Amino acid sequence: MSNSATVSTKTWAGGRSPFNVSYGKLMMWVFLLSDAFTFSSLLVGYGAIRFSYSGSATPWPEPSTVFNHFPFAHGINLPLLFVSLMTFILIFSSVTMVLAVEAGHRNSKAEVAKYMVYTILGGAAFLSCQAWEWTQFIHEGGRLDSNLFNFTNEAKIKADHLKLFDHVHWELADKQPGPVPFASLFFIVTGFHGFHVLSGVVINIVIWLNVVRGTYERRGHYEMVEKVGLYWHFVDLVWVFVFTFYYLI
Amino acid sequence: MSTETLTATHTHQDEHAHHEHHEPSFIRKYVFSTDHKMISKQFLITGIIMGCLGMLMSLLFRIQLAWPDESFGFLESLLGKWAKGGKIDPNYYMALVTIHGTIMVFYVLTAGLSGTFSNLLIPLQVGARDMASPFMNMLSYWFFFASSVVLLSSFAVETGPASSGWTVYPPLSALQKAMPGSGLGTTLWLVAIILFIVSALLGGINYIVTVLNMRTKGMSMNRLPLTIWAFLLTACLGLLSFPVLLGAGLFLIFDRSFGTSFYLSDIYLNGIGAMTNSGGSPIMYQHLFWFLGHPEVYIILLPALGITSEVIATNARKPIFGYSAMVISLLSIAVLSFIVWGHHMFITGMNPFLGTVFMYVTLIIAVPSAVKTFNYLATLWKGNIRFTPAMMFAIGLVSFFISGGLTGIYLGNAALDVQLHDSYFVVAHFHLVMGSAAIFGMFSGIYHWFPKMFGRMMNNTLGSIHFWLTFASAYMVFFPMHFMGLAGVPRRYYQFSLIPEFGIWMNVNIFITVSAFLGGAAQLLFLYNFFRSIFKGKPATQNPWESNTLEWSAPIKHLHGNWPGDIPAVYRGPHEYSRPDRDLDYFPQHEVGNGEPVHYEAPAETQKTYASDNKDSATKVFFSSFAHLFLLKKA
Repeated sequence: MSNSATVSTKTWAGGRSPFNVSYGKLMMWVFLLSDAFTFSSLLVGYGAIRFSYSGSATPWPEPSTVFNHFPFAHGINLPLLFVSLMTFILIFSSVTMVLAVEAGHRNSKAEVAKYMVYTILGGAAFLSCQAWEWTQFIHEGGRLDSNLFNFTNEAKIKADHLKLFDHVHWELADKQPGPVPFASLFFIVTGFHGFHVLSGVVINIVIWLNVVRGTYERRGHYEMVEKVGLYWHFVDLVWVFVFTFYYLI
Repeated sequence: MSTETLTATHTHQDEHAHHEHHEPSFIRKYVFSTDHKMISKQFLITGIIMGCLGMLMSLLFRIQLAWPDESFGFLESLLGKWAKGGKIDPNYYMALVTIHGTIMVFYVLTAGLSGTFSNLLIPLQVGARDMASPFMNMLSYWFFFASSVVLLSSFAVETGPASSGWTVYPPLSALQKAMPGSGLGTTLWLVAIILFIVSALLGGINYIVTVLNMRTKGMSMNRLPLTIWAFLLTACLGLLSFPVLLGAGLFLIFDRSFGTSFYLSDIYLNGIGAMTNSGGSPIMYQHLFWFLGHPEVYIILLPALGITSEVIATNARKPIFGYSAMVISLLSIAVLSFIVWGHHMFITGMNPFLGTVFMYVTLIIAVPSAVKTFNYLATLWKGNIRFTPAMMFAIGLVSFFISGGLTGIYLGNAALDVQLHDSYFVVAHFHLVMGSAAIFGMFSGIYHWFPKMFGRMMNNTLGSIHFWLTFASAYMVFFPMHFMGLAGVPRRYYQFSLIPEFGIWMNVNIFITVSAFLGGAAQLLFLYNFFRSIFKGKPATQNPWESNTLEWSAPIKHLHGNWPGDIPAVYRGPHEYSRPDRDLDYFPQHEVGNGEPVHYEAPAETQKTYASDNKDSATKVFFSSFAHLFLLKKA
């Protein structure tokens, strides 16, 4: 050990933050790391259950045959179009969040407030889309404890030959009960993500109010906007994984 | 002493200290306190109460194990309908085993140990005014408190508390009708654990950020006391593993209450018939649970190892042997703990190849563990040992760590585990290596830092008697269990007298129970010593153990903000004991050396940093952080 009485102030020597971030922002990073593990546990659980159905008599439903609806386009085969729109909305709200953070660096109160409003609207739009999708899913027979997204053999052949914009109409006789966890995982995984989006929208509204009231202008910096921005991007990133694993694969 | 130069240190935390003129109200001071020292006492006393309850439960089910055919009138008057005719009901026996495990693992050795000492020592030993977020710290305690109340309230439920073991495996936990405790009792258990996870996360985020961001000048990572390293890594483990338990609990709650079937495959329940739920796998719960469950073992053990390191170095009056090796072994234990969970599941029918992988990584943990043990022994070697109660408990920990750790090598072996799984051998193993060892670390910490917490000393004589009785009874209780387990006696059985083959173990069971009562009686001695010393103990001196670490430079009377003036700067590592060039055999971290020049290399900066004052590039900071974490490069 050194016996000189030198007090060093280098990066890791104490007396300052080694990452050059405030403790609040570091806390947000640490929290997001832990939240990533929560989502991982749900997605790993999803993967394990789905994998256990490979080769089973009741196969895992093809997501593109389940999520092929679009509002005001009843009966037209539009696989994954609506969920792509949702994804686009959420990613776009991340873009506006970046713009809000950037405006915060320039201490431009009016612009921060404007882009925060866009972000809040984007979040609300995503949640509304999710509400519509859940409604549609429940109408079609998705429940926590049952699932009607399994086709009979004849219907399956029909489904395989469907093209984009084809008219589809399934009779009740075309369907039979499929793997129960398909529907319950849909509710849990997208529900847990939706809960995060909802919290994000509420937090964004609180921060927006503070921006409008001039709290951060008086403080001299818009770090709070940056912190909620981190959270918002994280929620967005998680959706990319949910979208990939639940809808695309 | 040229302490004047230190006034250059001016941080936003210093501003904090100037607000302490007004005396806070009773509620703000003792109940909803945001002061880390008070929160630490709250954690400790709640932990002690939970510990007493957990121990009481173990004594109750030990009575049943030792005298399975006899009835005791006092049991009926104590437990009412759960011990009709003076004999504990089988379901209630399972509930006692379950809640004993839950309380000891989560409430005593996670929150009680980590919560108490992380809160007390992190700000005091790194030189911070308080935690990064004192408010979140307060929430952390109150979530823990609420969680304790919810868990204990399950004893007031008609059908009794959760009874599927502390791991609450489905289907017993997933089907409400599986056994009496699977009803409301398990629901309350799950609610309690989710509150507990929130508490652990709020605390863990705070601990990590405080250690990384709030260190005083000169407190580089390689000058941190080993307690702080242990608390930092414990918090990292908790932060990454508790969320997975949250996910597992979420699935379980939906299975129980909303008709899903994540953990339920085709199942037939006697008297009810085939269940409608199907399509899931109970093994998935075990994977998710043990992804928490194994790091949890180290969440329990690492703080105890950290406390032991400091107590042994202080009381052997020697630098800890191999500081870097101690840190690297803590790090490797922490990393390895995430990839060994499968060794709890060798007999679930997993692919033997996968079992082999889990076996190898499990056995590798023996290496860093052995490094720690050898370093403890090498620190003691030719030390000028002071046998304070704290030191005796620390050495006791080393003893349990060896005797319990060796059996871990047996259990980590996939082939041997087929025979030993769910036998008393497992009970003996984990009670020695994480139960007794961690509780000894906790006792060591309590005896060592009691003067810091309460400003008074505990009685040393009572402490020594407490140590010897506890040490002897712990070995008397758990050592014979190895032989029972090797002979095939399974754990969690209610009445061994029904199985003639186990008749030869009856006298051993009686011996274990009597020893457990001896151990319980020894804890009364501790409780008397602890609570009496809070009010009537000998007043503490400034640095009663002549220790180097920073907490002993803070005034005995607790201040909001910890130090009255500036935070002391740090000039050396925490273990400069018995330096040949000094008259005193210790050299506090904050003391300026004789005749040595005092200067700062750079002008004082504030701790509040914002992106704009970033001078190092992000890449440089990123890589240097690894260099410091893994190679312990001198700052």
